[in-house]
Amino acid sequence: MCKGRVVRVLPHVGSFGPASPEEILRPARPWFVLLSLLIGLLANLAPVSGVAMTWRPDFLALVLLYWCIQEPRYVGVGTAWVVGLLMDVGDATVFGQHALAYAVLAYGAEYFRRRVLRFPLWQQAVQVAALLVLCALIVLLVRFVGGAPPPGWRYLASPLVGALLWPLVSVLLQTPQRPSRSGSRR
Amino acid sequence: MRPITVDPPAFFNRGPSPLARLAFFGILSLALLFADTRYRYLENVRQTVAIALYPLQRALEMPGAAFAYVSGYFGANRRMADENATLRQELVARAPATQGYVREQGENARLRALLDVRTQYAPTAIAVQVLYAGRDPFTQKVFVDKGTSAGVQAGAGVIDENGVVGQVTRVFPYMSEVTLLTDRDQAVPVQVERSGARSVLFGNGTGRSPELRFTSPSADLRVGDRLVTSGLDGTYPPGLAVARIVDVERDSGQMFARIFCKPLAGIDHSEFLLVLSQSSALPARPEEPGDADALKKGGRARGRRG
Repeated sequence: MCKGRVVRVLPHVGSFGPASPEEILRPARPWFVLLSLLIGLLANLAPVSGVAMTWRPDFLALVLLYWCIQEPRYVGVGTAWVVGLLMDVGDATVFGQHALAYAVLAYGAEYFRRRVLRFPLWQQAVQVAALLVLCALIVLLVRFVGGAPPPGWRYLASPLVGALLWPLVSVLLQTPQRPSRSGSRR
Repeated sequence: MRPITVDPPAFFNRGPSPLARLAFFGILSLALLFADTRYRYLENVRQTVAIALYPLQRALEMPGAAFAYVSGYFGANRRMADENATLRQELVARAPATQGYVREQGENARLRALLDVRTQYAPTAIAVQVLYAGRDPFTQKVFVDKGTSAGVQAGAGVIDENGVVGQVTRVFPYMSEVTLLTDRDQAVPVQVERSGARSVLFGNGTGRSPELRFTSPSADLRVGDRLVTSGLDGTYPPGLAVARIVDVERDSGQMFARIFCKPLAGIDHSEFLLVLSQSSALPARPEEPGDADALKKGGRARGRRG
């Protein structure tokens, strides 16, 4: 019974790296997708203060973006919206702010996913940076309309750090789908 | 069998297109934003989900607290002895004020009874500890570890040992959110200690000094004056230290002077706070003449106060 020959167009960058094009990947498990989203939510809610708060990326947006690009059947605009609502409640900000931003992020991911997947990992990070900056700007826009002062250029630090983490997150989240070494030798 | 991921044919698409979904969820988000900011319908939902998330939040905060405990345990001995000595000296230095306070209170009560003034309601206090600072860069909030289960009420004033820190804005069962007085939406009614001039101190956001807005240039204020709460509005008890004036700009062309202040309490780094109960039961605000006229005309929206 064919499990599906899924082709991932990612370059080979070493033994701990993304899958090479000729490697056959196992399908993603739904429980793993949910677990990674939950860990992203917890990482976002982890209490930090001071400098770390400026530089901390939006982990949940990063994980969400990865799954929207790689598995659009599992995670789409609706799932992203619900996840954004949970983030809003955890963050105690205005209800619907992150929901809107993540829904737009998911749509952007769906629109650009084939284009993004054709590039090597570090160039993907550049395109992912654009999407994450868009997500952060939507959050900023909602707060502007609510009457907040402009935060300065430091606000863009967190999406850019998130884009820098994109290759690592990509490889980590793809690891369960790669078959064991002995399996691929066959 | 799973459909092929690369270029699926049109009849494998499921449900509405992503753009339709985005439009739907976008409109739903905007409706939620409106409902939340305007009508606060969603506070119950937020409370329920906050209760569900509370154990996760405490679990997340435990590694940091455990690390701080362990590192503090090893370096603490000499430091605690020094701190103990300092605190004892401070306690002795404050003894005259403390002992005089009880005597002054008694005298005050007798004088008030003589003048037949309504007695002041003595505020009770709940000691809390700061758990973590709020994550939003647009507001100044901290979260403390006691909520409705310990008797904390929304709107209560919060102080530390040096002065007023802020106000409780949201209460959950086991946690409360305190908005600091430097937040843009916060205002504290103050009085200059030296001259008795009354004004209101407004927060200005991250990194900016709070300022006294709408004070006339001829008000009796000088750089270095101490501001204390005036007790009006019933939120903070009177006489608590709030801030010190650091800069006064009196421009003859402007209608109001610009007065910048520095808060006296450790706003950013206080760890132990005191939540005060509402200071006095004020009588209901009397009707203004404009309201009475509007009511006579049949309840037009202009007479309604928000």
